[in-house]
Amino acid sequence: MNANEQDRLKNLLRRALSPVDPNAEPARDLWPPVLRRLDEKPATPWFDWALLAGLVGLTAVFPGAIPVLLYYL
Amino acid sequence: MLRKEEAGQEPTYSRTADPPAEQHDLGALLAFRNGDLSAFESLFRLHQRAVYGWVLRIVRNPASAEEITVEAFWRIFRSHARLDPARGFEPWARRIATHAAIDYLRKQRPDTQLPPELPAPLVPDPAISEEIRRKTALAFGRLPPTLRTAAALAVIEERPHKEVAEALGITVAAVKLRVFRALRILRKDLTKQGITP
Repeated sequence: MNANEQDRLKNLLRRALSPVDPNAEPARDLWPPVLRRLDEKPATPWFDWALLAGLVGLTAVFPGAIPVLLYYL
Repeated sequence: MLRKEEAGQEPTYSRTADPPAEQHDLGALLAFRNGDLSAFESLFRLHQRAVYGWVLRIVRNPASAEEITVEAFWRIFRSHARLDPARGFEPWARRIATHAAIDYLRKQRPDTQLPPELPAPLVPDPAISEEIRRKTALAFGRLPPTLRTAAALAVIEERPHKEVAEALGITVAAVKLRVFRALRILRKDLTKQGITP
């Protein structure tokens, strides 16, 4: 793609999607939702649950692994 | 000046001109870095418009931009200890907000996000038909989020490459490369739809 093609595409983009208003402001006060978000307890990530399930499964199938796991904890 | 402030000395401001915004909130920056919620609120009040405007440039939808701004400020508060007051709040906040916006774009379905959100041009361009505008907007919405963000900021919004690079946490050369790749994908997509740019 040469420079002319790039310029044509850039012009097309600018015409199709005009720049946003530089003075745009939020329609509402965002501080209350930020405070609510800060008060939320963080959810446990799914991979933490998967890891826990894997460990429980491992110890159920290989009980001999329990001392090894405890050693590394 | 920061070292003076940290050492408990008064910062020296010029009496003839107002200090820049970053100097105004230097005390708040230091308090915020220690996790002070009221300092966070004052920084939020000072910078929310700029962060919102930046996010809006990326996602191009006011409701989504509000949602992402909230998410960004939540991430900002969680990372308060990592703030370097010497570098200022806004570039750091912009970087976190950019990544929050990219994460948001990743969660969206590409084919369904742009049309309902697409703002009408301020002045209709007679050189471009509504169909071409729609198809171009759709093709733009299908770009991978990182390329789309670089193209939105550098091409549509015409922000300086250096500013875009700082917000994305990459080099200026990498920004140019992302813009080039975005344009190449866009050209391919438009050609498939029968539009020769």
